[in-house]
Amino acid sequence: MNPRLRWRKFVSNFMLTMTGLCAVVAVSVLFFILGYLVYYGGTSINWNFFTKLPAPVGETGGGMANAIVGSAKLLALATLFGVPIGFLGAIYLAEFSGSKVAFVVRYAADLLNGAPSIVIGIFAFSIAVHPFKQFSTLAGGFALGIMMVPITLRSTEQFLLAVPRTLREGAMALGASKWKTIATVIVPAAYRGILTAILLAFARVAGETAPLLFTALGNRYWSRGWTEPTASLPVMIYNYGLSPYEDWHRQAWAAGLVLLALILITNIVARAILSRGISVPR
Amino acid sequence: MNAFVRQAVSVNITPPVTTAATRETAAPAEMRMTISKVNFWYGAKQTLFDINLGIATSKVTALIGPSGCGKSTLLRTLDRMHETVRHSRLEGVILLDGKNILDQDVTQLRRRVGMVFQRPNPFPKSIFENVAYGLRINGSKLPMADAVEKSLRHAALWDEVKDHLHKSAYELSGGQQQRLCIARALAVEPEVLLLDEPCSALDPISTAKIEELLVQLKDLCTIVTVTHNMQQAARISDFTAFLLNGQVIEFSPTPHLFTKPTDPRTEAYITGRFG
Repeated sequence: MNPRLRWRKFVSNFMLTMTGLCAVVAVSVLFFILGYLVYYGGTSINWNFFTKLPAPVGETGGGMANAIVGSAKLLALATLFGVPIGFLGAIYLAEFSGSKVAFVVRYAADLLNGAPSIVIGIFAFSIAVHPFKQFSTLAGGFALGIMMVPITLRSTEQFLLAVPRTLREGAMALGASKWKTIATVIVPAAYRGILTAILLAFARVAGETAPLLFTALGNRYWSRGWTEPTASLPVMIYNYGLSPYEDWHRQAWAAGLVLLALILITNIVARAILSRGISVPR
Repeated sequence: MNAFVRQAVSVNITPPVTTAATRETAAPAEMRMTISKVNFWYGAKQTLFDINLGIATSKVTALIGPSGCGKSTLLRTLDRMHETVRHSRLEGVILLDGKNILDQDVTQLRRRVGMVFQRPNPFPKSIFENVAYGLRINGSKLPMADAVEKSLRHAALWDEVKDHLHKSAYELSGGQQQRLCIARALAVEPEVLLLDEPCSALDPISTAKIEELLVQLKDLCTIVTVTHNMQQAARISDFTAFLLNGQVIEFSPTPHLFTKPTDPRTEAYITGRFG
C-alpha cells in the first residue's frame, strides 16, 4: 500500500471514529439523565405521591397531587392559547402573506423563541397578574402559551411550505377555493408534521419554571379555581430541590420523573394517532 | 388519418387555419372555446403573443412545440391556473360557450374546465376520496359511490381498483395514479379537459393506455392536450397547433399539419430539425 493511500485510510478512519464518538456522547447524556432520574425518582415514588397533598413543613411523606393536576391544567391552557395562534399564523405566513411581511413575522417569532423564559414570565406578570393583583392559573397558562406560539408557528409554517405545489394546483383545478384547498388538502397533507411541531412546543414548555414563578406562583394546597395560584411540577421541583430536607429532595426527583412520563405519554398517544391516515410519500 | 378526423374534415368544421398569414376563425357554434388576441406576461417577460385559436367541441386539440414555446402557459390560461403565479398578466379574450372566462367566477370556471397535470398528483387520501373530492367540495348531492364508480370506469381504472377503493392512492403505479387524476377531473363532469403533458412521467405501456383513453373521452368532453411528443399528437388529436416562441405558427387538422405543413418552421420542427 502506498503511503498516500495509507494516509487517506487513516484520515477516513480517524474521522469516522470522531463522529461516532460524538454521536455516542450526545446520546449518552440523554440516557445518563434518564437513568439518574429513574434511579432516584423511581425509588422515591409511591402511591401517596399521586394522591396526597404536600405534607406540612417538618413532616415527612405527603405527595404532589395538586402539582400534577396543576401542571396538566397549565399545559392545557397554554395549548389552547398558544397552538391556535401559532397554527393560524403559520397558515397566513405560508399561504397568504407577501415575502416582506413573512420575513418580519418570521424574524420576530425567532426572536421571541430565543427570549429568555424569565423575561416572558415578567411580561406575563405585568399583563396578567399585576393589573388584577392576583397570581393565577390563567396567568401561568398565558405565560406558557406565549412560549408555544413561536415554536408552533415556525415549524408549522415549514411543514406547510413543504407540501408539494402540485397538490395545491390539483385542488384548485377542481374548483376548490384557496381556503378549501388549505383546509381539505394542504393541512391534511402536512398534519403529521404539524402535530409533531405542537408536541415539541408542548414538551418544551412542560418543564418551564421561570415563567410560572411570576404567574401561577405555587400552592401547597388544591388550587381553588382558574383565578387562584396553583402548584405545578417544575416549580415544586425548584422549591423542593432548594430545600434543606432529604425527604423533599427525593420528592423533587420523583416529580422530575412524573413530568418526564407526562411528556412521554402525550408523545406516544399523539404518535399513535399520527400513524393512522395517509401521508404524502417523500 | 383516422376515420373520425376524415369525417370531421369532410363536414368542414373549418379547421381554424390561423397561420401567421391567414387569421380566419371558425363558426363559433362548433367551438367550445375561442381564444382571441391573447397576450401573456410573466413579470416583464412576454411569453404569449397575440394567440388566436378555436377549440372544437368533442375533439382532441393538441398543442405542440419545443420546450419554452408557451404551450403549457397557453393551456393554463384556459382554466386561469396562470393566476396562481404572482406577477402574471393576461390580455385578450377567452370564450367558453360564448362567454368570456376572464369575467367569470374562477372556482365556477374550474369546475367546467378540468385539468390533469404533468406528474400524477393524487391527494393523500384513499382512491375513493380522491375521486369524490371534487364532488364533495362542490356540495354534490349525487350518490357518491355511483359517481365515483362512473368516473373510474370512464378513466378505465375501475376494474383495477374496485376491490381496494379505500387504500391509499399512493399505492397505485404511476400510470394508475395518472388515470386516477383523470377520473378525479372527470367526476365533476367538466365540459373541457386540459392535459399538460399527461404522459411525460409515464412508461410506454401506461402512455398507450392513457392515449387510448383520451380518444374515448372525446364523446364525454372536449380535450386539449399539451405534448412534446409529436407522434402522440399525431396519434390522438384531431387538430394540432404548433407554437414557437409564444406564437401560434400553424393550426390545422392534425393529418394536414403533419403531412402538408404550410409554414417552413412547422416542417422543420416535425421533421426533427430542431426542438
